[in-house]
Amino acid sequence: MDHILSWLIWLPIIGIVGIAFIPREKEDLIKIAAAVTTGIQFLFTLVLWSNFDSQNGSMQFGERADWIPSFNIAYILGVDGLSLPMVVLTGMLFFIGVFVSWNIKKAVKGYFALFLLLNTGVMGVFLSLDFFLFYIFWEVMLLPMYFLIGMWGGPQREYAAIKFFLYTLFGSILMLVGILGLYFSCGKTFDILELTRVAPEALNGLLWWGVSAIKVIWILLFIGFAIKVPVFPFHTWLPLAHVEAPTAISVLLAGILLKLGVYGILRVNYGLMPDGVYWFSAALAMLGLINVVWGGLCALAQKDLKKLVAYSSVNHMGYSLIGMAAVVAAGEANGLNMKAAQAGLGGAVFQMFNHGTISAMLFILVGVIYERAHHREIEGFGGLASQMPVYTGITAVAFFAGLGLPGLSGFISEAMCFIGAFPVYKGIVIASTIGILLNAAYFLWAFQRIFFGKLNEKYSELSDINRLELFTVVPLLVITLFLGIYPAPYLDVIASTMDVIIDHVVSLATYASI
Amino acid sequence: MENIFIKYSLAILFLPLAAFVIQIFFGKRLPRQGDWVSISAIITTLILSIVMFVLMLLNYDPNFIQEDSFVWFDMGHFSIRLGFLIDNLTIIMLLVVALISTCTHIFSMEYLKGDIRYSRYFAYLGLFTFSMNGIVLANSLISMYMFWELVGVSSYLLIGHWFEKESAANASKKAFLTNRVGDIGFFIGIMLIYSAVGSFAFSEIFDGVSKGLISGTALTFAGIGLFMGAMGKSSQFPLHIWLPDAMEGPTPVSALMHAATMVAAGVYLSVRIFPILTPDALLIVAYVGGFTAIFAASIAVTQTDIKKVLAYSTVSQLGYMILAVGTGVYTAAFFHLLTHAMFKANLFYGSGSVIHAMHHALHEKHDNETDPQDMRNMGGFREKMPITYWSMLLSTLAIAGVPFFSGFLSKDAILAGTLSFAQNNPVHFLLPIFGFSAAAITAFYMFRMMFLTFHGKPNKPELIKDIHESPKEMSGPLILLGILSLFIWYTIPKGNPMSTAGWFTDLVVPRNAVVPGSITAIEIEEGAHHAHHLAMYISIAVATLGIFISWLTYIKKSLSADVWARRFGLLFRLSQNKYYFDENYNKYIYQPSLRLAEKISWIDWDLYDKYFINGFGYLTKWVSDIVGKFDFETIDQTIVDGVGKIVKFLGNTFKTVQTGRLQNYLLYVTAGIIIIMVIQSF
Repeated sequence: MDHILSWLIWLPIIGIVGIAFIPREKEDLIKIAAAVTTGIQFLFTLVLWSNFDSQNGSMQFGERADWIPSFNIAYILGVDGLSLPMVVLTGMLFFIGVFVSWNIKKAVKGYFALFLLLNTGVMGVFLSLDFFLFYIFWEVMLLPMYFLIGMWGGPQREYAAIKFFLYTLFGSILMLVGILGLYFSCGKTFDILELTRVAPEALNGLLWWGVSAIKVIWILLFIGFAIKVPVFPFHTWLPLAHVEAPTAISVLLAGILLKLGVYGILRVNYGLMPDGVYWFSAALAMLGLINVVWGGLCALAQKDLKKLVAYSSVNHMGYSLIGMAAVVAAGEANGLNMKAAQAGLGGAVFQMFNHGTISAMLFILVGVIYERAHHREIEGFGGLASQMPVYTGITAVAFFAGLGLPGLSGFISEAMCFIGAFPVYKGIVIASTIGILLNAAYFLWAFQRIFFGKLNEKYSELSDINRLELFTVVPLLVITLFLGIYPAPYLDVIASTMDVIIDHVVSLATYASI
Repeated sequence: MENIFIKYSLAILFLPLAAFVIQIFFGKRLPRQGDWVSISAIITTLILSIVMFVLMLLNYDPNFIQEDSFVWFDMGHFSIRLGFLIDNLTIIMLLVVALISTCTHIFSMEYLKGDIRYSRYFAYLGLFTFSMNGIVLANSLISMYMFWELVGVSSYLLIGHWFEKESAANASKKAFLTNRVGDIGFFIGIMLIYSAVGSFAFSEIFDGVSKGLISGTALTFAGIGLFMGAMGKSSQFPLHIWLPDAMEGPTPVSALMHAATMVAAGVYLSVRIFPILTPDALLIVAYVGGFTAIFAASIAVTQTDIKKVLAYSTVSQLGYMILAVGTGVYTAAFFHLLTHAMFKANLFYGSGSVIHAMHHALHEKHDNETDPQDMRNMGGFREKMPITYWSMLLSTLAIAGVPFFSGFLSKDAILAGTLSFAQNNPVHFLLPIFGFSAAAITAFYMFRMMFLTFHGKPNKPELIKDIHESPKEMSGPLILLGILSLFIWYTIPKGNPMSTAGWFTDLVVPRNAVVPGSITAIEIEEGAHHAHHLAMYISIAVATLGIFISWLTYIKKSLSADVWARRFGLLFRLSQNKYYFDENYNKYIYQPSLRLAEKISWIDWDLYDKYFINGFGYLTKWVSDIVGKFDFETIDQTIVDGVGKIVKFLGNTFKTVQTGRLQNYLLYVTAGIIIIMVIQSF
């Protein structure tokens, strides 16, 4: 179990080295190498899960080594209830992603090398506890993503890739400034755990050019993360990137990369600036509402199925934002409502995971139909239910999961976000329950147009979903169903860490107007 | 004794789910497409429900209650428990669901014979039965909400069973979305209550409310929110639009879900939460129900599609039940739910039997044009389909409120409650007017349906010889439920045809509201008892009147429907077109919403992204162009090259001194030395 976190991060690099030695013509071998690498990584994440002590809300499996001592930069890793589910999800989705990418034709070697590099980047962000390391991994993700979209994407791939790159880079730069601001005002350390301890004290009352340093740093970091989530109005890269990216990359983008935003806000903004949480939570809930309504309405209007699913991500991540805002319910001003704080924060974190599995499933399913019909125009289908019954059934479950049907995991997390935020932000929550209707409207309408009605003659030859595709989508389906029926295994793992975050925010906030 | 109810309930809940799972995965590969799997599961639940029912009767304890729950998840402070709440209400409802569901399963074997998705159909019936029983057994608002949504999905799937038809696909979506509008209210209600009381369980909520943890306006809003859920499921005005369209589903489904059980879930919810409804909330409930009753009845009068008549009749009857809840006589509401489930399911089976026969006859004639559900194509079926006729007649008498039939008793109980409510609060005189006039109209249009379908001369004489009575899978449920329309089953052991007194009134007793300051159950009961006789006379009178006019119009023909339709041209058209609700919703809600979505999407993509976000790109490019230009023209061309030019100029100037002659250089060196020496000497 020693260094398991390092193994998780560096395994894909070993895979890349391995792939480098395989001749480019042996495409199957390259794919198998990628599958083996991610498979082993996935197994490791499961081992990690089974050895994780869920009673303990603090960091586990810690690793620490000096790196650049002169700047106090160290190699620090650790995992807690917030990152563990994301790590497991990463392991699983990259493993599945290899099989989703099985039909990649162009430059297979390069594709899988970049794919594995992306894997290292994502794992690294979730596991690193040194801000410098965190930032390095954050940037490492950017590069392969740019090429994966720009080279293996759809017709507008170059535009989409450059847009994605610039958008994210813009965020990263703000984040870097924020990180440096923290570094210099909090005793020149990049150690996130150390910063979590000292930052609330060190930043208290600190003014930069007459503005509270907490506000400045909060905003800098928040924008950096918000672009990833994506939070309105930083969301427009997402539909484009999704539409142009190859299926597997859309799966990873929606399934994992978006979660880095929420993860970052909770780990960094919540951890380091508890006062900022109080200052910003109403805005956070409001942004959540806008995400829900705006994303929902945009999804309703889409004609391209993949774009619809992309906007549904905007909509779904809105619930997470609303839930996150609920943490303040545990504060004195709101009557120490621990129930609401737990429901909200737990719901937000659960929603992250559920959206990860559900949207991954949705993108795989969009890929399946695109592979066959070579287009994604919702209006262009019709009556597929009788032609592709298994595909229809699975899509129905995925759509119902997306619209928050009880019995499937999305419902519980959405409900928890609402219930948690309700005591503090009644108006916002009530307004955002319109999402319950919008979700149902855009999913069911799309479902009807694709699957119901008379079969479009053009598609009387379409084959049903095949074994390989089933292999990629069924595990996600099972998880969605299992957690929808019995969410306790997930919530037990995160509960202690949620308490740590809530306690931290509530007890370290000074309530001083910042 | 202790655990038997819980154990049986577990089996009742999960057997249909097991049947669903088996059917979904293996249905098509099983012999007979696995219908026997579903049917044995449902019959087992029926037997278990009967056993529970008998045990309840043996117990004869009005206060019987059993609760059991388990921790679904627990995060320390926030936790959810799920569980069962079993009282007499639950047991009766379980029996209703199991009985009608069993009848539907058996009826469907014939009705859907040869259907392309036969096994899928039975699978969904199982899913529905599971979800419905979940609602019935739920001990908390949150678990009820979850099953509530699942019922919505099974309804979606079954209405859309023939999804190749666009109308069916539309209807299923409409049903789900309209229900979701109600569910938003339901969920807000749950949040309001949870944030005040800190629990989802009914018992703890009642406790909390009686302690005053939530009261006044907040409680009123919570009650109205929860009631919105009921309005959606029970198809109350203005969310009534989905139920008539839901008739696109197979007729046995209409009988089970859109008449007897699923739509009654709203009433069941209202009955469950009755104790926490404030007087203000109740008033809203009463008006919604009362208005729905008369409103839907007025539409049913002019419909020509036999299922549409029944659909609006169902909406109207559900309105009665909601009205009863609103006026405080909620046990009467539940009583009507019980009797209505039997006779309305039967009426739907009867209409299914007729449609089945019509289909058959049209098939013989290779006629694809004639609408098999239009009553104008029927008439004179009485001799051909005697079982269907007599069975439907029994149920029609029941729904019309004729003495000796079940509907008379339950409707009378509701009307008595309403009348007494208005006697106590004369401002609300409209409520009994709604109730009694709806009763008159109901009697009229139900007999109109019977007369048009079964009496008189055949309107399509060429079809009549191919009209046959349906086979025993279909006539069996008809006979059973026809008999269950008689009063006696509901009033054992007293057996007085004019009084509801019997096992039901003994076992389902009204309870006081837990809202402090509400009128007590005893006061309500006394008032209703007082009004009972008057209400009974009026309701017999209006029922007779309705039937008589119907008879004059459609049998005696001394009144002409056409003439009256012309005379009330505007009203007639309004009624026939369902008051243009669909058109107006379409015009003022759906289309604007879609346009808004398009607009937002346009702003997002074609405006905000294209100009604002990309604008940063252009701006950067523009700035860098300028910087580039400056860099080249100013810095490079002017400054850098300028320096070069200066150097060049100087070079040119000084190059003349470079002669290459040694004596010149020596001269310069000597001059330089002299200058240095001069400087040094100062």
